[in-house]
Amino acid sequence: MTSRIRFAAESPWYELFSRGARDWLRHNQKVRQAVREQVIDLLSDGDFITQPDNRTVRVTIRMLEHARFRLSEPRKHNGAGQGNAQAGDVLRNADASTDRGEGEGQGGNQDGGFKLLLDLKVDDIVDWLTDELKLPDLRPKGGATIEDNEIIREGSGRRGIRARLDRRRTLKQAIKRRAIQADPAPFVDDDLRFHQLRQRPRVANNAVVVFALDVSVSMTAAERKLAKTFFFFALSGLRRQYHHVDVRFVAHTTEAWEFPEQDFFEVAGTGGTAASSAFRLTQEILNTQYEGSRYNAYLFYASDGENGIDDRQNATAALSKLAERLNYLGYLETRSGTVRFAQTDMRSLIGELSGKGLNAETQVVANIDDVWQAIRRFFVHQANQSARTTQ
Amino acid sequence: MTQLADYAAHIDNLARKLGLSYYGVDFELVPERFMMETAVYGLPVRMPHWSFGVRYIRQLVQRNMGHSRIFEVMFPGDPCKAYLVDVNSLAENVLVVAHVLGHADFARRNGLFRRSMSMAGGRILEQAAARAHRIERALAEHGHERVEAVLDAALALEAHIDVNRPLYRGPYEEKAARPSSIEDDDPFRRRWRHLPGEAAPEPVDRTEPRKTPPQPEYDLLWFIAQYGPDLEGWERDVFLAVREESFYFYPVFACQIMNEGWASYWHARLLREAEIEPPDLYVSAIKAHSDVVRPHASGDTLALSVNPYHLGFSIWEKIVDTQGLEAARQICAEEDDFGFVRNYLDPALAEQLDLFVYEASSDGSLKIASREINAVREAILEPRFNFGAPRVAATDVDVDGSLTMVHDYQSDGRGLDLRRAERVLEYVVRVWRRPVTLRTVDEDGARHELNTRLH
Repeated sequence: MTSRIRFAAESPWYELFSRGARDWLRHNQKVRQAVREQVIDLLSDGDFITQPDNRTVRVTIRMLEHARFRLSEPRKHNGAGQGNAQAGDVLRNADASTDRGEGEGQGGNQDGGFKLLLDLKVDDIVDWLTDELKLPDLRPKGGATIEDNEIIREGSGRRGIRARLDRRRTLKQAIKRRAIQADPAPFVDDDLRFHQLRQRPRVANNAVVVFALDVSVSMTAAERKLAKTFFFFALSGLRRQYHHVDVRFVAHTTEAWEFPEQDFFEVAGTGGTAASSAFRLTQEILNTQYEGSRYNAYLFYASDGENGIDDRQNATAALSKLAERLNYLGYLETRSGTVRFAQTDMRSLIGELSGKGLNAETQVVANIDDVWQAIRRFFVHQANQSARTTQ
Repeated sequence: MTQLADYAAHIDNLARKLGLSYYGVDFELVPERFMMETAVYGLPVRMPHWSFGVRYIRQLVQRNMGHSRIFEVMFPGDPCKAYLVDVNSLAENVLVVAHVLGHADFARRNGLFRRSMSMAGGRILEQAAARAHRIERALAEHGHERVEAVLDAALALEAHIDVNRPLYRGPYEEKAARPSSIEDDDPFRRRWRHLPGEAAPEPVDRTEPRKTPPQPEYDLLWFIAQYGPDLEGWERDVFLAVREESFYFYPVFACQIMNEGWASYWHARLLREAEIEPPDLYVSAIKAHSDVVRPHASGDTLALSVNPYHLGFSIWEKIVDTQGLEAARQICAEEDDFGFVRNYLDPALAEQLDLFVYEASSDGSLKIASREINAVREAILEPRFNFGAPRVAATDVDVDGSLTMVHDYQSDGRGLDLRRAERVLEYVVRVWRRPVTLRTVDEDGARHELNTRLH
């Protein structure tokens, strides 16, 4: 009688391939996809606008569950157990349950508190949105909007000031001369060579972006969130176009202040609204710190459109002056839910400016979908601009 | 490995002397990770799906925390296939060999296993591999998104088969036309027919319009594969593949206590009577046995679950003691866990094993509700009803192809988890491609209807 049991040697491929790992990767892919669909919610928390070096967002995510039909959770759940206990024994009191695991008592199908930590690159997020919103791809600008002459060294010659003496060439000349002369002098005037200068137009590859926010009482938290989302993506687009982007935050009521980012969206002001204050402060920042010929300047101003009546003159004057210095002026009018005025002061002012041929646009946003529209319009505008300038 | 093979041959001889009867068993020593994957997937080669990846990671974490260890995975068939972990000790693997022979004996005797094998044949693993291969091909052809959508639906309905129907099952029979006798009895019509120039009327088809399905259909996988209005051939194929595997898994699920108990009974007895040398090996093997067959973790005095190995082992020992081995083999052939626990877990044994029913409330309190024997039996069996799934039947396909499903909440005792049910419907609707409706009750027992349509 031969034995009916056999032993096989192990197959070598077992070590080479893990289907568990393969399907786990697929799960993670799906998680990223899911994150991608809710990316907007993720972005509303956290300050990551001004952190260009550490541009990742960390989010905690539950593992995906493959749903099955299951009975609803009863209020009392029975189970069989084994051990030394009598009917009526209380194993755990109701209030002792605070630290129990979430999965416990809910059947074995829970994920038992396993969570994933995902690091998402902000650049990836912008890429996703670019796909999602079919935004034009913003390329770094070839031709610049602003050009400036700069002076560079180029070649050498016999004339020049001492400071630009080209020692290397001078020495070479001296050696050559000495080689053919008997009893040569160490240096003569003819040996001297000087660096020559030439002027050439320079491309300004930097940008400064000023975000101005109306923080008067009439701006609600929801409106600020809309503004923040818009600011973030507008900035992400600009970051792709420029070598270096500086970001400044200005908040105003009847006065204007500059804030660091982490405080900016928390600022709450009281009192009325005088937009001119923000424009003047912006002007001042630009004038003192950002030389006009070297920085492209962008201003994004978010407000609910209500400006003090007595400020109308001032705002018009300040903004007209400022607009000449700006590459682009984006005005974001936030309206959370209620329609207030058909035409606000600010909007008519922006309309006037753009009528004069300045790059000014109004975007009215009432909800998150409007923000996407606004971002798309802005990106399209930018793409057209850079197309024009590269021609 | 030769050492293990020698021990195995020895145990095999003894097993047959003791009357164990099984088809051949192919053993294979595999790395631990392969073993874990096989346990997670349920089959050594199976279709890819992300949900397996989640289970895999969970298992991996649990293993790394020392909570779970897999000794053996065994697939009944002709021959049976069993995997052993190559890093486990010789003693453990000797024990596992004996355990597997117990399973193999059980699978050849038990009615459910025999039926499953008579329908599917004995080479289920090769078939599963072929199915996995077909699905890989579908992936290459139709892309991840589409294949995954079908697998999402099919695997979500994995447990929704009707095991009382054959594995290979044709469409519903068309109803035979009812003889229409009423017309002949009508004197007017009789007279009319005899008028000159009147031809006999065309026989009118008075059969009722065929309803699909004619009665509530619990085999959802089959039903969708058979009657999905817009299902493509390969999608049907995926559904039937999942269904075939479910049929294969059912006996293992429905006889877990019996099967594990039987295998544990036999590994203990085989090791005892095989006179294994050296004694150290025997002692380590028996220690491994007592680790597996214990009611609760060492150091605890009580567990909120019943170890099927321990329970089954205890019941079988008692049956063999009191009724003899032949009676035990008879029971083995005829029962599943329901009959086994209800008929053979007697009050004395339940008392001896300290079995109880506990009650956990949603406020977090936990107390021992009862030690009464019927309550204990039903609490053990409750998670095993209907393949562990709620009873959901397809009841109607409308003329526009929309599907109605009904949850039999009365026999389940309560309604469905609505959030999950809705997600399952979303999976289903992507395959059915017409509106899908599910009726159940909500937490307060009020009727609730979930509707989904493709968007």
